[in-house]
Amino acid sequence: MSVFNQSRSRVVQIIFLLIFIVILVQLINLQIFSAKYKLAAENNAIYRKIIYPDRGIIFDRKKKAMLENTISYDLVVTPVEAKGIDTFSLCALLNIDTSEYKKRMREIVFKNTAVKPSIFEALLSQELYAKLYENMYKFPGFNLIDRSVRTYPFNTGAQVLGYIAEVDTGFLKKHRDEGYEMGDYAGMNGLERTYEKVLMGERGIKRFIRDNRSRIQGPYENGMFDTSAVAGRNLYTSVDVEVQQLAEKLLANKIGSAVAINPKTGGIIAMVSSPNYNPNDLTGSARKKNLGRMLLDTARPMFNRAIKGQYPPGSTFKPLGAVIALDEGIITPAYGFPCYGSYNSCGVTVKCEHKNAGHAASLRLALANSCNSYFSQVFRMAIDNPEYHNPTLGYLKWKEYMNKFGMGTRLDVDLPSENKASVPDTAVYNKAYGRNRWNSCTILTLGIGQDKMTATPVQLANMMCIIANKGYYYTPHFVDSIEHEQKDDTAYLAKYRVKHAVTHTSDTVFRAVHDGMHDVTIYGTASGIKVPGVEYCAKTGTAQNPHGKNHSLFVCFAPKDNPTIAVAVIVENAGYGATWAGPIGAFIMEKYLNDTIATDRLSEVERISNTNLIPDAIKEWYVRKDNQRQAKLAMEAAAAKAEMNAEAKSAGVEEEEGGDKIPVSKDKNSPYQEQLEMILPENKKQVKPVVPPVKKDSGNKKTNNNATAYFIQADDRMTVKKTKA
Amino acid sequence: MNSRNSSISKGVDWTIVALYAILVGIGILCIFMVEYRTGSNWMQLFLGGKTNYSKQLIFAGVCTLIATFILLADSKLFTAFANLAYAFGILLMLATFVIGKDIKGSKSWISLGGGFNLQPAELCKIFVALALAKYMSMQNMDFTKTRSQLIACGIVLLPAVLARFQHETGLALVYLSFFIAMYREGLPASILVIGISFGALVVATLIVEPNTLAVALTIIAAIIIYFLRRQIKRNSKLLLVIVATWAICVGIQRFAVPYIFNNVFECYQSQRIYSAVGKDYDCSLNKHNKSEVPGAKAAFKPDDYNVRQSKIAIGSGGFSGRGFLKGTQTRGKYVPEQHTDFIFTSLGEAFGFVGCAIFLLIYLFLLFRIVNIAERQRSTFSRVYAYSVASILFFHISVNVCMTIGLFPIIGIALPLISYGGSSLLTFTVLIFILLRLDADRQMVLR
Repeated sequence: MSVFNQSRSRVVQIIFLLIFIVILVQLINLQIFSAKYKLAAENNAIYRKIIYPDRGIIFDRKKKAMLENTISYDLVVTPVEAKGIDTFSLCALLNIDTSEYKKRMREIVFKNTAVKPSIFEALLSQELYAKLYENMYKFPGFNLIDRSVRTYPFNTGAQVLGYIAEVDTGFLKKHRDEGYEMGDYAGMNGLERTYEKVLMGERGIKRFIRDNRSRIQGPYENGMFDTSAVAGRNLYTSVDVEVQQLAEKLLANKIGSAVAINPKTGGIIAMVSSPNYNPNDLTGSARKKNLGRMLLDTARPMFNRAIKGQYPPGSTFKPLGAVIALDEGIITPAYGFPCYGSYNSCGVTVKCEHKNAGHAASLRLALANSCNSYFSQVFRMAIDNPEYHNPTLGYLKWKEYMNKFGMGTRLDVDLPSENKASVPDTAVYNKAYGRNRWNSCTILTLGIGQDKMTATPVQLANMMCIIANKGYYYTPHFVDSIEHEQKDDTAYLAKYRVKHAVTHTSDTVFRAVHDGMHDVTIYGTASGIKVPGVEYCAKTGTAQNPHGKNHSLFVCFAPKDNPTIAVAVIVENAGYGATWAGPIGAFIMEKYLNDTIATDRLSEVERISNTNLIPDAIKEWYVRKDNQRQAKLAMEAAAAKAEMNAEAKSAGVEEEEGGDKIPVSKDKNSPYQEQLEMILPENKKQVKPVVPPVKKDSGNKKTNNNATAYFIQADDRMTVKKTKA
Repeated sequence: MNSRNSSISKGVDWTIVALYAILVGIGILCIFMVEYRTGSNWMQLFLGGKTNYSKQLIFAGVCTLIATFILLADSKLFTAFANLAYAFGILLMLATFVIGKDIKGSKSWISLGGGFNLQPAELCKIFVALALAKYMSMQNMDFTKTRSQLIACGIVLLPAVLARFQHETGLALVYLSFFIAMYREGLPASILVIGISFGALVVATLIVEPNTLAVALTIIAAIIIYFLRRQIKRNSKLLLVIVATWAICVGIQRFAVPYIFNNVFECYQSQRIYSAVGKDYDCSLNKHNKSEVPGAKAAFKPDDYNVRQSKIAIGSGGFSGRGFLKGTQTRGKYVPEQHTDFIFTSLGEAFGFVGCAIFLLIYLFLLFRIVNIAERQRSTFSRVYAYSVASILFFHISVNVCMTIGLFPIIGIALPLISYGGSSLLTFTVLIFILLRLDADRQMVLR
């Protein structure tokens, strides 16, 4: 029998061999051709801990830190590890409901997969951190991660410094190969954004081995692959924190902007845009709330008017008009124009403030008296310059000059999204009037800084720098130097170290301009504005604009003979330049040059700071907003009350509402509000200060204790809701 | 001493002893790799006897002792006690139903006291091997007769059924390996062919969509009929056979397989089988699942965590492995049951493809060696026994390794001589050393 089946021993052996071959083939498949398993093993076992470097510090010119780093904590979750935890108690701690928890989890998984740690709640408050820390053992998959956040010891320079925020998917897409990951923070605005690469430093990565329950077992390969974090480098700026603080104080309760530049270097000493915000509002746990509020604010505190606001320069343009004409050789400082109160050569009448003969007998006098006729004439001469045969070419030459002076072009300040404002192109006029159908008369008011010409405050300050320097400037900038400056940093700083020569005229020509501007401060419009111990040159401006009351403008530089500061100040809808913008500019110069404000002038600082010059329309908006909030609170209270009270009573309240409020709100409130919302963010159209119906309401508020009824007037949308309910 | 040594060593196949020692050594090493923690004083732990690797070493010591006893015994003892041992084994297995101890959900253990437990189903393999050999080597045994084939099958399948009732599916399946030994002794090849075909059909049912498979089967049948049309003309019965086969195939595919998966297997078993072919099994179809008390966890997601982690561990080894004690999967305890059923993963991770291939070649060498030994036996008893040992080892190795690399559903089957566990090590030691004892007396005719 055994002989009979002998061959079967071979078969058995072949079966053995076949199965082993199958196994080996699968092993080859798994171990040699599938790279994914190695990766999977690493994902399993290697925990990469990112070591965040300290962000670089930004210093002012006296090496005071304008911002510092401090530690805050984020609650971070790895969704796959957070299965089956006590969601309810976590939600109770975080004060959210479970549906919010689920929503966040879904978002996290969608955005950043379930296996990577993502921020669940950022920037915990101290109290919440303490509570969570005690209970952390209950929530596997959740971790408290420390991260360095900014604090601002001087509470100043918010728009200049910018803020840092967690990167979003759009940011990651844009900066794909720069090593950012979900949950990282990056500079989102201001200097933080421009110098992000310098400030961020290099993140370090530590690798640990972890076991199946995410317990750390020890360093991976004894830390062979770890990289250490390299701290971000510091920035040294030309900002003077005290001047900045003062300027912000002076512009409080106003809408406007001030820029101060050191003409010798182009370094910006102070840059303020008002309304402002406290930079500390955008760090810490209340960040999201504050950011939302500010973005919705109609006065736009996030909007840096110093580089983005476009204002007609008005009379402050006159010195520049003079310099252009002088450089072109159209006039000499001795040129005079007979003005008797208006300029009539063009058929339209341009009024002048002065009527006495000889008030524009020379450039110096014309500047000191701010003669509209004189500068209209000078502008016309530039456009109709016989050298260029036709007004279009003449205008192009004039525009070229303007651009060289930094008007109508981007100056390249080291802040993101600078606006170039406007010196209109010929195309604009061709379109408006037809090709060759316009001449110096058509665009006459450009000569006195009106018409379609606009400039940003930083451009105006830069213009002052050029005049103060007698013909050259350095591009305005904040950062003078970077710590441990490297070759790559030239990309940032080289352009700020180039001297731009603009004019070719002699110093004597400029002297006439300087003298004229100095006279402004002696007997001209700015004669009432003094800077103790300093001779300075200035020009006020009162710019007509389509938004209502005239803008108050002031440009100046000091000291007269060796200027080290040039300032431009704009206060929107505040009236004469000398009334508000002038004193503000003077205080800025005084602070910078004298390092202090004379004690007898401190009360004046307070007076200016406390004066509220915010246009009525915007004030209105705030009142409305405030009312809404209060009404909302009141309504909640009323709702709670109604629940407790008998039904009959609440029915009575509703009847009352229906009776008198709805027609009022429909007829007056709502169109007004629409108009307001349309106009205000753009500042494009004129708003007639309407006597607000809301004001009546705020009066009612005190007398009428029926909170619900009161509320209806504040916001009709809510009315609808309430009546439905 | 000397004389005794010589009497033991006389005729003993030292190659197998060496292979046995190497494998046990590798086993302890693997368990050490699994248990090792950085910074622990392993020498102290080793001597302390608290860790699994030191326990395994103790087991190995005990096994050496028992092996020596076996080699000292008389070969005739095994033939004489074969049937008795079988009866004893079956009794033990029945006893577990009464005095059994519940370990990890299967009531197949008998407590021996002192923390040691015995799994009769494991030991019973030896007894079945002996009983089968005894039956096959009976005088005037004619294995070509269907009756004797059925009796042999009965001997093998009785403990398998008992093991199944103890929810030890893995151990029950091991008894199927005796069919290889029976095949060598003359079991018709068609049984194996049909068995393999059935397996292929089941797998196809799981992978291919039912209707597609039915159509494919019909087409195959039609093609066969077309090519055999001449023979069919001559012999119309052939057509009947083909049609019947086709009907059975479709029947299995349509009704039998779903029935087995839904009603015979437990939910987790169906899931494991499905996950081995890369599919999900819907537990709500399962009868066992439905009969559960309401309120208990309903259909839970198919869980292929074990296989996934096991494949990751082996796959991450790459060609040459991550090095001794450097595997992150092993150190991080990602693979469940890594010291027992999934021990192969630690080897795969640490030593890579090279290590695995060498390791498998050692096994293959051992198997071939046993087959060679089997063929050189004069007595049928020894030969059948040797084939049984080879088959059991082969089945254990292939199923265990295939399970870790994702080629086979997960069932609790140990890797012979490597996996941690006294019962398992003891069983294989006894199996192999009885074979060596029999081989040493290969000139004798045992019945």
